[in-house]
This record gives sequence, structure tokens and C-alpha cells, in this order.
Amino acid sequence: MSMNTVDKQTNKTNTIDLVNKNLAKRYRAEKRFKAYGIAAILFGLSCVVLLFTDIIGKGHSAFLQTYVYLEVEFDPESLEIDDISDPGQIARADYTGLIRTALREQFTDANGRRDRRSLYALVSNGAGFNLREKLEDDPTLLNQSVGVWLLADDDVDTYYKSRNDDGSEAFTGRLNEKQINWVETLIANEHLVKRFNTTFFSSGDSREPEQAGILGAMMGSLFTLLVTIALSFPIGIAAAVYLEEYAPKNKFTDFIEVNINNLAAVPSIIFGLLGLSIFIGFFEMHRSLPLVGGLVLTLMTLPTIIISSRAAIKSVPPSIRDAALGLGASKMQVVLHHVLPLAMPGMLTGAIIGFAQALGETAPLLMIGMVAFIVDIPGGVADPATALPVQIFLWSDSPERAFVERTSAAIMVLLAFLISMNTLAIWLRKRLERRW
Amino acid sequence: MKETSAAEKSANIKQDSDINQDIQNVQTVGTPFSDSAKMTMRNVDVFYGDKQAIHDVSLDIGKNEVVAMIGPSGCGKSTFLRCLNRMNDTIESCKITGELKLEDRDIYHPKQDVVPLRARVGMVFQKPNPFPKSIYDNVAYGPKVHGLASRKSELDEIVEHSLKRAGLWGEVKDRLSSPGTGLSGGQQQRLCIARTIAVSPEVILMDEPCSALDPIATARIEELIAELSQNFTIAIVTHSMQQAARVSHRTAYFHMGKLVEVNATQRVFTNPEHALTEAYITGRFG
Repeated sequence: MSMNTVDKQTNKTNTIDLVNKNLAKRYRAEKRFKAYGIAAILFGLSCVVLLFTDIIGKGHSAFLQTYVYLEVEFDPESLEIDDISDPGQIARADYTGLIRTALREQFTDANGRRDRRSLYALVSNGAGFNLREKLEDDPTLLNQSVGVWLLADDDVDTYYKSRNDDGSEAFTGRLNEKQINWVETLIANEHLVKRFNTTFFSSGDSREPEQAGILGAMMGSLFTLLVTIALSFPIGIAAAVYLEEYAPKNKFTDFIEVNINNLAAVPSIIFGLLGLSIFIGFFEMHRSLPLVGGLVLTLMTLPTIIISSRAAIKSVPPSIRDAALGLGASKMQVVLHHVLPLAMPGMLTGAIIGFAQALGETAPLLMIGMVAFIVDIPGGVADPATALPVQIFLWSDSPERAFVERTSAAIMVLLAFLISMNTLAIWLRKRLERRW
Repeated sequence: MKETSAAEKSANIKQDSDINQDIQNVQTVGTPFSDSAKMTMRNVDVFYGDKQAIHDVSLDIGKNEVVAMIGPSGCGKSTFLRCLNRMNDTIESCKITGELKLEDRDIYHPKQDVVPLRARVGMVFQKPNPFPKSIYDNVAYGPKVHGLASRKSELDEIVEHSLKRAGLWGEVKDRLSSPGTGLSGGQQQRLCIARTIAVSPEVILMDEPCSALDPIATARIEELIAELSQNFTIAIVTHSMQQAARVSHRTAYFHMGKLVEVNATQRVFTNPEHALTEAYITGRFG
């Protein structure tokens, strides 16, 4: 009671003091509020940095590949080539034999079947193809002795990469003591070298890590994504325009809207099952095709595109519609001349987010067989293929140590894809956004 | 002093509630009809769902006449105006009955296409709403949509002519390709008028065209309306009684969805026929 009267008496004179007193408190609250935001950003950033350092730390070594130097003699007798102009003979010849002979000549201490087999394992079993290519390019090499750099086996590769000059223990893996000695000899003679791993960017999958590449999966992802973009973008925009501009406001439209929102939250594996039963089961399309993958991802991406496109259309000011209608533009002209151009940046942003999601999607592709082991690089949407995220899944499951770094490298390739797509999205939006 | 004003207030309130009860029986007084009618409206009712917004309005708009529609907020004057070129079609729950004619054509005839109707009855809106395009494209849009110009030079001519008539040519002739939204509010509204007259409509509907503008820009638009009335029939909705008095030939007073009084503007503002009109123009409500 007495406090009240005091307050009342001092109220008039002290208002500004009270305000000032509270001001400090308000500023503190404001600072705290800002700090929460900064903390959230820092947390997010540190997670990203952690992710990137881990992946790049594990994956960067995959961009280098170990090669072995060998003196190989293109002996026509062991190659069984009597007519160098016959491409059939060159193709059929036994180049692995040449490499084995060269290895035996270099390491004479390999006696007995077991030792010899260990010795042969130093060089990749795909190295013979390199020799064949060499001979095909230059037939005059026949009968000559040439020094060539051949693909090393993944065990040698891993050992050489993990070997440090500071004397710490290198990862030996399946190499036995003899093999390690031979590798050390090669290193001492500088017959072992790390070069940029072109194989990784130019071949498809392989059981042998040193021959495995990402190109097949990249092309598979590209074709799948092309199908998805070609279908889901026009269908999504058409659906959004109809729902926003033409559909009568009734129960049926509400029903459609609820269902679209629900579909956006359905787990992607269910879309995979749907694709399996409809496209492969009912329409009898083949398994593992980017075409089927693209169709499934279209189904999955559509709700995202429709929802974001509708939001973009809604945000076009009604005054612009009125203006065009008042001039006598037809509904279609209003949509094509005014609503779509103004909504396009928002639509594109939503669509590209949807495509980026589709690019990283794995589960539905597993269901339609894009998880198969496919060595050939797909040349179109109707060639069996796998996709980048599925390739990552496959490699991460492989026991060879060399696949660990390749898994991380594949993740880096996928991330590069995603980053460039998002950059494209931002660039497109900036370009299309009208600044007036 | 205080007591008297309070007594006055309560008397006014009493009067207003009486007025609101009486509104059901209001019959339009004055001269709603015209001998040289461009547009004729008879017994127009407008419903938004179950709610009736316009009650039995009959009104003519004469050729080359400026008719002002005034009234308190929510009295239905804008709704009525938007019926005249069927802009209410975009509102799904809106239902219109009665007879609305542009010369001899029934505006709401099932076979009447809104596109040619809106080419004949143009509209200028409350908020200046230029397209986010260049000044040239803003004016050229209507003629392009309707195919009024077959060559670029013809289109240029229409654009120049329209901008001149809207009194904007001198200000923008050097920057026709700059964005229309970069102009000032008054210039934007004149651009919207130029855009409307580029289609050469016969009737121009204006829905509070100056409510978002400063007094100088308003004065320019009012001058423009006077000039345009020589060639166009104009129906204008306005909140400003002064504006109605300055620009219009006849004034229609709307109240709660009813047309209360239509008379020559001079008459409405000096010697209104209906008590409600008087109450409004003397500022007792609104």
C-alpha cells in the first residue's frame, strides 16, 4: 500500500530513470538473443567442417594411384602373334604372361608356385589391358623390350600410401613378408610411383579397387536425374498452376492437397516399392535402368516441387493479376505472362532442392535393382546402371582397405555435384529475380 | 460543456441506429437514369455467399459522363464498380443477379466473353499496380494481348499516344525501357491510366485511384479525369467528397449496399435530397 503511494508520487519524475534502468536489461537480453543465433550457426559450421575434414582426410589419397615400373619384352612367341596386322591376334594375346615373365626376371628369388603367385599379385590383374592398348597403339613395339608403368595391385597401393618415412608401421594388409621385401626393393629402385588416378574418373565399378572407377555411377546418376528433371519439373509446375489458378475450391481439391502434403512425408523406400511393383512388375520394364530410377525419383520429387511451386505462385501479388485481368488478358495469358515469370525464381529454387534430394537418394534405387554390380558405363537411360549414392553404399560395404578411400572420394564427387547444383540454383534465382 | 457534447453524441447514436433500421426501406431518390446511357444497371443484387452486399441497385452511366460513387466504408460501392467489368468473377462465392448492360449487350450473358468486355470497360485500381516490366511494355501489353497493332511502329504510336493522353509522356519519353515500378506513386498511377487507355476502352472504371497518392499527384490525376471525360465514360469510386465534387457530373451515394441518392454533383453537395446523404456529407458518419 505504502509502496504504491510512493510509486505514484515518484512515477512522473522517474519514468525516464525506470526506462534507462530497464534499458540495460533489454540490451543484455538482446545480446543473449544474438549469441544464441551465433552459437547455432557455429555449431552447424563446425559439423560441416568436421564432416568435410573427415571425408577429405580419408578420401584424398584415392585421387592418387600407385604404378609399378617393369621392363617388358613384347615377345611374339609367348604372345602367339605371327601377323601383327591382324587385330584379332593382338586382342587374343596373353599379356599377363609377359608381365609374369618380367616380374620373374626382376625378382629371381621367387621360387615355387606359392612364391610366384605372391609375386604376380604385386601387379593388378588388369594391367595386361594396358599392355594390349600399348601394342594396339604402336605395333612396332613387337619384339622390343620396353619400360612400362603398370597398375599396382590395391594391397601394394595401400601399403605404399600408408608407408611413412618417419618409420611408423605401415598397413601391410594381405601382403606377406616376401611381398613386402619386393615392394621395398621396388621403392628403393624408384620403380614405384604415385600418379593421378585417372582410372577412378574413367571406369566403371570393379571387384578390384585399383580398377574401380566412379564414371559409371556418375553417368547413371546423370541419366537418372535427367529423366527426373524432364518429368517432374513440367508435371509439378502444371499441377501447381492448376491447383492454384484453376481448381475449384471444394472438398475434392482439399483432398488432393492433403494427399500431396502427405506424399511429401512418405519414406523414400516406399516410393521404391511402388516403382518396383508398377514399373517393373506391371509395365515389365527392365531392372537397374536409369529410366526406372528417374521415374521413381520423379514420383518422390513431385510433392516437393508442387508444394514449393504453389507457394511461389501464391506469393505473386494479386494486384498484378487484377491489372492484367482488367486489361482483358485471358486467364492463360495472366498465368503465362505474369504469374509464371514472377513465380519462376521460387519454383526453380524448390525444384532444384528437390533434384538435389533426388540425387542423394539411395533407398528407392535399391528397390529397383540399381544396386547391381555393373561394370559397363551406361550410354543412355535404357542401359543398366547404378547411381552415385548407391555406389557409395556398395563400396562402403566392401572389405578391401582400398575401397575405404574410394568411398570417401565418391562422397566428395557426390558433394561436388550437389554444391554445383545448389550454386546453379542460386545463380538462376539471382538472374531471374526482377529487381524492380 | 462536457455534458452537452455527451448528450449530442447519444442523440446522434440514436439517430444512426434509426437510420440503420430505416435502410431496409430506402428507395433511391434523385435521377439515377440517363437519356444517353452508356451502361445501364437494373435491380442489381450482389451476394458474397449468404451475405448480400448490394441491394436492388438501378443506375445509368451516361456517355462521356463522370459518375462518382461515394459512401462510407463497406457500403458496396467498390463491389458495384467491379461488377461493371466482371472483375468479381475471380471471387468464387460472389453471385450477381439483375440486369447489367453495356449499350445493348448484357454483360452477364452466358455467351458474353469477359476478354472483349474488359477491352471495352477498362479499370484503374486503388493501388498503382504497374507490371514489373519496362514503361513501354506496361503500356504496350494491352494492345499486344488484343492484337491491336500489327507492326512495331503502330505499337510505338499507341504507346506514345496513350502516354501523352495520360500526361506522362514528357516525364518518361527518354526512359521508356526503364522499369515502370521505378516511377513515383503518382507517375505509376498515370502509367496505369495510360495502360488502360492504350486498349481504347469506352468506359473507364476507377476504384479510388488517388487514395494512395499525395495531394499534388492527386490534383494531376483529377485534371486528367476531366480531360479524359471528353472521350471516355468514367465511373469513379472515391472516399474523398471533395474529389467527387471536383471531377464528377453526377454523384451516387451508397449506404449499406443500397443506392440512396443519385443527383447532379452540385445538387448532392449543396442540397441533398435524402437525409442519409446529408448526414454523410456533413460528416455525421463515414
